[in-house]
This record gives sequence, C-alpha cells and structure tokens, in this order.
Amino acid sequence: MADTGNPTGIGASVKRKEDFRFLTGQGTYTDDIKRPGQAYAYILRSPHAHAEIVKIDTARAKAMPGVVAIFTGADYDKGGVPCGWQIHSKDGSPMVEPPHFPLCKDRVRHVGDQVALVIGESLAQARDAAEAIAVTYKELPAIVSTADADKPGAAQVWPDAKNNTCFDWHLGDKAAVDAAFAKAHHVTKIDIVNQRLAPNAMEPRAAIGDYDRATGEYTLYTTSQNPHVIRLLMGAFVLQIPEHKLRVVAPDVGGGFGSKIFHYSEEALVTWAAAKVRRPVKWTSDRSEAFISDAQGRDHVSHAELALDKDGKFLALRVSTKANMGAYLSTFAPCVPTYLSATLLAGVYTTPAIYAEVKAVFTNTVAVDAYRGAGRPETTYLLERLVEKAARETGIDRVELRRKNFIPKDAFPYQTPVALQYDSGDYFSTLDIALKRADWAGFEARRAEAKKRGKLRGIGISTYIEACGIAPSAVVGSLGARAGLYECGSIRVHPTGSVTVFTGTHSHGQGHETTFAQLVSDTLGVPFDSVEVSHGDTNKIPFGMGTYGSRSLAVGGSALVKAMDKIIAKATRIAAHLMEASAADVEFKNGEFSVKGTDKKVPFGQVALTAYVPHNYPITELEPGLEETAFYDPLNFTYPGGCHICEVEIDPDTGVTQVAKFTAVDDIGRVINPMIVEGQVHGGVVQGIGQALLENCAYDNESGQLLTGSYMDYTMPRADDVPSIDVATHNTMCTHNPLGSKGVGEVGAIGSPPAVINAVLDALLPVGVKDITMPATPVKVWQAIQSAGSAKAAE
Amino acid sequence: MNNFGYHRPASVADAVKALGGSGDARIVAGGQTLLPTLRARLATPSDLVDLRAIAELKGIKAEGDGITIGAMTPHAEVAASDVVKGAIPALAYLADHIGDRQVRTLGTIGGSLANNDPAACYPSAVLALGATIRTSKREIKADDFFQGLFTTALEDGEIITAVHFPKPEKAAYEKFVQPASRFALVGVFVAKAREGVRVAVTGAGQEGVFRARELEQALSANFSPDAAKGVKVAAGNLISDLHGTAEYRAHLIPVLTARAVAAAK
Ligand SMILES: Cc1cc2nc3c(=O)[nH]c(=O)nc-3n(C[C@H](O)[C@H](O)[C@H](O)COP(=O)(O)OP(=O)(O)OC[C@H]3O[C@@H](n4cnc5c(N)ncnc54)[C@H](O)[C@@H]3O)c2cc1C
Repeated sequence: MADTGNPTGIGASVKRKEDFRFLTGQGTYTDDIKRPGQAYAYILRSPHAHAEIVKIDTARAKAMPGVVAIFTGADYDKGGVPCGWQIHSKDGSPMVEPPHFPLCKDRVRHVGDQVALVIGESLAQARDAAEAIAVTYKELPAIVSTADADKPGAAQVWPDAKNNTCFDWHLGDKAAVDAAFAKAHHVTKIDIVNQRLAPNAMEPRAAIGDYDRATGEYTLYTTSQNPHVIRLLMGAFVLQIPEHKLRVVAPDVGGGFGSKIFHYSEEALVTWAAAKVRRPVKWTSDRSEAFISDAQGRDHVSHAELALDKDGKFLALRVSTKANMGAYLSTFAPCVPTYLSATLLAGVYTTPAIYAEVKAVFTNTVAVDAYRGAGRPETTYLLERLVEKAARETGIDRVELRRKNFIPKDAFPYQTPVALQYDSGDYFSTLDIALKRADWAGFEARRAEAKKRGKLRGIGISTYIEACGIAPSAVVGSLGARAGLYECGSIRVHPTGSVTVFTGTHSHGQGHETTFAQLVSDTLGVPFDSVEVSHGDTNKIPFGMGTYGSRSLAVGGSALVKAMDKIIAKATRIAAHLMEASAADVEFKNGEFSVKGTDKKVPFGQVALTAYVPHNYPITELEPGLEETAFYDPLNFTYPGGCHICEVEIDPDTGVTQVAKFTAVDDIGRVINPMIVEGQVHGGVVQGIGQALLENCAYDNESGQLLTGSYMDYTMPRADDVPSIDVATHNTMCTHNPLGSKGVGEVGAIGSPPAVINAVLDALLPVGVKDITMPATPVKVWQAIQSAGSAKAAE
Repeated sequence: MNNFGYHRPASVADAVKALGGSGDARIVAGGQTLLPTLRARLATPSDLVDLRAIAELKGIKAEGDGITIGAMTPHAEVAASDVVKGAIPALAYLADHIGDRQVRTLGTIGGSLANNDPAACYPSAVLALGATIRTSKREIKADDFFQGLFTTALEDGEIITAVHFPKPEKAAYEKFVQPASRFALVGVFVAKAREGVRVAVTGAGQEGVFRARELEQALSANFSPDAAKGVKVAAGNLISDLHGTAEYRAHLIPVLTARAVAAAK
C-alpha cells in the first residue's frame, strides 16, 4: 500500500470523477426522480411546541380539487420509528424510549411535529388542502432549555420520562477520581455550553415511496447516507416489509453531515401511503421545513473539573453533562453524548482517572442526533477549553502544559481510563509542525502590530483526538448498538478486465467514486478509467452500513481490500494454470502475473477473460467468473488526531471577530487522495468556525418556537467568514486495518471550535474577558468587553 | 403560492388602472421581497401588476442639482452607474452592498422604498440626502415618506416612479451587517450639505429608519469622527433581537457614524 507514483493511484490528487456530473447539473437527486403516476405529499406540521390534539377535521380538505388522500394519526396502523442504540442508566434501568409514530396520535411535541399527510395530484393542491384542515389544539406549556429540562416545574414531554429524563448514565472510576481530586495541587473548573446547530445540507431531504401491486415490492428513494440501514429499520421495525420485498435507493445525495443517517418518519409515511393510494408518493422538504424536521446537532451543557499536581500533570478529570435529545429519540441520539463523547475524555493526554456522568433529557424541540463529529466536537471543545483555562490559572505555558501531558509516542497501544485503546499517534509532531506553520513564535509581534491599529489579536490552539472508523461490531454491540457496524464491498471484474466496485458506504460529497477507484485501480493494476464505483441501492449492493463516523475508507475501503485479496488469490490460480506453473511461484505486480525467476507473464485482463471464457481453465478446482465480496469488521476504532491553531483579530469597537489565519495539521493515517483530504478538512474547519462564531439554533424559552428558522436568522458560514486554511498532514498508520487509513471526514469540525474560541479569549485577555459562549457573535464579544470593563472599574 | 391574476402594463397610467381595477392587487417590481412572501403564503393578492415592461420607470439621469433614479432601476445598475458614482459615490456604494449579486440584479430602488423594511439600506440614503420620492400622483419629501415599520406615505394604488437625490457636499454609508441575513443590523448614512448635516439610521429603530438628531447637531458644529464618537445615543427606542441588543445598537450608531464621517467624500 505504498505511494506508487502512479498518477491516478494511491497518493495522487486525482480530480474528482463525479464533479462533471454535479457541476453540469446532471446529477440525479431524489427530487429529480419522477415515477409514473407519481402523487405529491405535503405534511401538515404542528405550529405549537406542545399541545394536545383535540380534533382534526379533514372533511373540507378532502373535498378540495386534486386531493388523492389525507391521513392522520388515527389512520396510521403501523409501527413507530425505532431508536438504534440503547443506553442503560447508572441503576441498570434501560433508557426511556417513547414511541415515535410518523403521524401524531393525540399530542404534538415540537414545532414541526407531523399532524397530517396530504397527498395531491400536485404539490400546490396538496398544500391548499392542508390549509383547509381544521386542527383544534389545546396548547400546553413547553420546555426547550437543556439546563432546565430536569428541574421541578418544567413542562413534561413524556409521561414515562420523569423529570424529562431519558437516561442518567456514567462511565469511569468515580472513587479513583475522587481520591485524585482530594490530593490535587490545583483544580480548574469550567462550565461549557455546546450550542445546538442545524445541519443544513445543500440538498433538503426528499423521499418517494413506490409500491408494485403485481409483485408486492416496495421501493423507497430517499436522501440517505445508508440505504441498507433504512431498509432494516423501516422494513423490520416500522412497516414489517421483509428485505426481499423492499428496495431502498439513495441516489445522488447533496450533503448529509450526519443529518441523513437517521431513519426519518417521512420515509415510512410515503412508503406506507404508496401502498394505500396505489401510486408513487413523493415528498420533498423545503428549507423552512428542514429547520423544523431535520435532526439537529450538539446541545450539551457541561460542568468539568480537572485536577493537577504541582508540576501541571493531570491527575483526574470529572465531567457532568446534560444532553438534549429533543422530543423524540432519533436513530443514534443516545450514543452521541455517551459512547461517542465521554469515551474521548482522555483526549491526547495521560489523565489516569476520569469519571463522566451524562443525563439525557427530553424537550419540546426537534430531535437531536449525530452531526459532523457527533459527540467528539463536544468533548474536544470541553477538554481544550479546560486545559487552556488550567494553563492560565497555573501560569504554565499553554503549549508546555499540553506537551507535559501528551501520551508519549512510544506508549501505543495506549489504554485510556475510559474504555478506548488508541492504536497509534504522534501528538508531539503534529503540534510541532502546526506551531511552525502557524508561526506561533512570531505571534507577539503580530499582536503588537494589531494593537497599533486598535485591534485585539489572539492565537488559540487545540490538540485533539477522535475515534472514528465506526466501528467494531462486538464492541458497539456490548455498548448498546442494535446493529453491527462492519462494511461490505464487492469487486466485479468484467470479462474485458474493467471493474465495477460495489460499496456499502455512500458518497454524498466525499468523492468515493474517485478515491475508491484510485484504490482499486492501483491495487489491481487496471486503468483508473476502467473502474466504476457503484453505491446507494440495496438491489445492487450486497449489503452495507453506510457512511458516517468517518468510516468509509477505513472500514469500507478495507472491505474492498479484502475483496481484492480474494480476487487476486483466484486470479493467481487462473494465471498459474495459464502459465503452467504452481500458484506458489506466481507473483502479481503492476497488473501482471509472472512466474518467479522466468520471463513468463500474463496480464490481468487476460486472466479476467479466461475466467469468463473458461476454455483452458482448471474447471475441477475453480469456478469460472471473477467477482468477490468481502465483509470487513474492524478490530478497533481508528484515532485521527492533530493540532489546530487559529488566529483572530477583534475590533473592540464593534465586537467583530475576523479569523485571520487557520492552520490544521492532522494525523489521518494513509491518504489516498490528498486533494480530497484537503477539501474534507476545509469543509470541517468551516463548519467548526461556523459553530464557534456564527451558528446557533435557538428556541424561544416561553413559546418553544424556533427563532432561527431561516437564513434570515440562522447564520451559515460564508466564504468571506473564513481565511485561506493551511492544511497539512503528518500521518502515523492505523495498525489494525489493511489500509492504515484513519478517516478524515470529521477532524476539521472536531479540532477547530476550541482553537477559535481559545484564540478569541486570548485576544480578549488584555481587556479582562475570561469566558465567552459559542457562537462568539459581535454582540456577545462586545458585551463581554463591556462587562469586563465595568468589573475592572468596580475593583 | 396561491393563484393570482397577472398584468404587465406598458405605462404608469395603465399600471394605475390595473391596480385600481382588481380587488386586492399588488405591484411586483424585482420580486425579491414579494415573491418569498407569496411562496410562504404570507400574502395572497388577487392580482400582480408587474412594472418591468414600463420603460419610463427605468434609468438614471443627472437632473438639476442632483440625480434622478427610476423606480425600476435595479441595485446593480445604481452601483455601476458613472452618473451616481460621480455625483453621490456613497449611494453607489450602498447599492453595491445590498444582498448578493442575484438580489442586486433584480431588486429595485422603488421596491425597496415602498417596502420600507426596517433593516433596508436605501431608506437611510433617501432620508439623509433629503431626497424626493416621485409617484404616480405627487412628490413626497423623504421626511414625510417613511412612517414606521413597513409603512410609508404611499396610498393604495400609488406607484413610485422615481427618486430625486440632491447632490451633497460629501456623504458616506456605513453598513454593519446582521450576520445571518446581511441586511443592516445598523446602517448609518451621513450626508453633509449646504443646509447642514443629516444622519439617518436604519436597522436599529423600532419604528424603522430615523434621523439621529443628536449626531446631526454634533456634526453640524464639527464634522469630525471624534465629534460623532462623543455622542451618546439612547437605547430606548431601538430594536433588541437575537443579533443585537438595543444597547449594542445604540453603541454602534456613533461608532459607525464616526467611520462614515471619516470616509465621506
Ligand atoms: C437574500 C436577500 C438579501 C437582501 N439584502 C438586502 C440588503 O442587504 N439591504 C437591503 O436594503 N435590501 C436587501 N434585500 C431586499 C432587496 O434589496 C429588494 O430591494 C427588496 O426586496 C425590494 O425590492 P424589489 O424590487 O424586489 O420589490 P418587490 O419584492 O417586487 O416588491 C416589494 C414591495 O414593494 C412594492 N413595490 C414595488 N415597486 C413599487 C413601486 N414602484 N411603487 C410602489 N410600490 C412598489 C410591492 O408591491 C411590494 O409590496 C435583500 C433581499 C434578499 C432576497
């Protein structure tokens, strides 16, 4: 698996195959698909955060022109949308798992909750009819605040969830942590809010349900990151359709960032309704609808304490977090604040004792689930803010404090006190490279120069690790996952030697059609253009778990390597037969089989042809054909990590923060396509800067209305909000997968937010500001400066 | 979007007729505000009267002591106009900082003024420059035109035809964007003319665009950034929302005014 210097091989920045299709408007997205006789669905959604449904009168609406059918909760006769992960509380009791029916039966629990499905000949007619439905609501008090949800007097979202508590979970050795704190030289404490975000993929969600009465087969076209998972969840749990009668197609998908992992109730609704009305039914979300129906991200409130000895060595860490689940449990929601968060609390440090408590709460808000980084940005932000604060309090240089506590390079495999075993990493090197590229040493001169211009300049750092390449099935199974998390890949070598690759992962912006083609072309020695990558259709792909948790290359790519191993093994035997040699003497290199120590060779293409035209073939020993499938279940997570450095300049007159410079040095294992890697880091860092400075999904505390329900109020990062980002990698190989790759999809969003906020706080240090919450908007920065000023004046 | 009748008159007179003739007719200009409102079904007019085919509503010309801009002139054209850049560069700058390229290509000055969004840019220029709004019926002074949030002196069926701007000695517009919408969180237009200094503020007032009299006084006495910085603006009648408290807006007004004074030309 070395870089071969091949211009389209492993390690080459090959331009993306899929871009011609996308840039010329020739992609096929779910909404582009028009099934014969297709009808259009509009979903009537709750305008209230919390209300009883007293009565729904559809009589007038049903009589409107073009109405095909109207369904309400009373009509829906199938199951609820399941949760894919079960957490147990400290006391051993399972989490509270309320039902989630695609249409509300008697109560709505968030603005946007689904009240009626209206199917029309056209979308406009469906919408007209929806407006004519008379719903009588009895409004109830709502709770939206994460911090207040479990307090006495808060509105109750579910009768079974006392104090709105879904679970109260913990991890780590509390006694050891308490003992370490008792002998600590210094304790640093911090309160952290990781605000809620709205994911905002460019393509809004869409789904088409189709039912073939002749065969009894259902097809769902959907904007999904993992069609097989949707087939399993919807088929087995919601609609009781067996796999062989249910096809799920996720065609071109315009971004997901996690928000398209989950099985959404709209998917079940259109599939169910298609059989009822005996026509294909299409639903397409608009942007406003996305804000109140796509699963949202983050929304944790934490308190953390770090115990240090007199030399600044970390002795112990304790963290208590409240995580907002929203009104319903989305597919992977419970694992985000627990196994994707708390298990990372060691970070890149040797902290010997860690204890974490996580309470998950229900509120009258849209469900929260995995969003780029899922749990790891929350932990990284908490940890890197805490370490920074500890450095300020102890007076130890913030870079030195980190170095002092890094896991040494020779300590791998490293067992953390919170369940994970890191396989490889080199935090000293990523730090040193980043410090150099960011010119950390020259910063004070830049600060002084900015000061002359009346600006406050600051620099911030974050040294992070994450666990991805999700995931070893046995491990996640023992932690509550209700599915395996291996991956499947198939290699179909055609008679002429071209190759179709079938992967169970899904590409929705990541460029798999290019990366996987590079991997296969380089390994089999066939031209890059002779390799086509297919994904996103349960009728084409043997099986798959999909794309999330930066797993596609590390897990999906490894499955392809295993399948190619089988191809090469079989092809070697065919070649041996053709060359009348023993298979043990046959070598495969650069697309050619040769017999060691002779000049006998046959090219890969000839072997492929022989496999399909087996006239001269070892037919008693080998089947004809050249197609292999492999399933790969990883032995461990992968652990990308690195160092992000951000430099900001603040205008104290207005509170505006400008990101002046950003440096990301990541360790992501084997790189197949450096250009795609750079693009992934760019995208992630921009999302991280978005979280740190711009984005906030806010609800009104009283009414439970979403205050940021459009781009008029929800601030997406724009090109001019970010500088040119300096990206570099320093890679140590993953030790347990055949590629050595660790994953890159999420690192940008994980490492960056604390680097930005630490830079903001560094800039504000001279004016006395010690804390700020994300997003550090101009008004917040200005207010922080004002209150620090008046605090100083009062002293 | 609901169904509506569609009219495309070729003259202002026909447009007035079309507006008067039908029940609940609305003018559509660039459609940048109106169409999203229709799509969200927040407005359900019986008829739309499209002004795009009316040649007399378009164009920019030098006139008397200033310039006249036709109501249907898009922002991009104002931004690029040599006439505007020559006479009132601040106005060209303002137009160039509205929305994005698409919005500037379609959105019109007439639509912006008729709409009188409390965070829109043009109203501050019209008010600070003491412009005159010409309509199908009359001429309206800037000081009489803006009457509160989304409210103007326009009567039913009255069409803005053009805006006349007198040329100031110097002027500048400072826009502090609301981070999400990039409309003005606070926008300050400062104009120094023979009659004195006028400062108009958009984005901040609970009643929409307003003149900041305390700043006008200070700057009439001493047209300098420091004079502006020394003024305290009361937060009482200012907007508080997710993106800025009233106090923050009150603070920004003199800061932006000082920057505008420094930039004025
Ligand atoms: C994404 C986006 C960003 C924007 N950013 C900014 C910004 O930064 N700053 C800013 O100032 N604006 C901004 N706008 C608003 C934009 O500049 C338009 O000027 C504004 O939407 C109205 O102009 P229009 O020509 O599109 O009017 P329309 O939407 O067609 O009409 C608006 C209203 O005015 C009425 N009307 C239109 N023309 C006349 C007339 N001649 N006489 C009488 N009534 C009339 C219509 O009946 C309607 O009620 C933005 C808009 C969008 C969509």
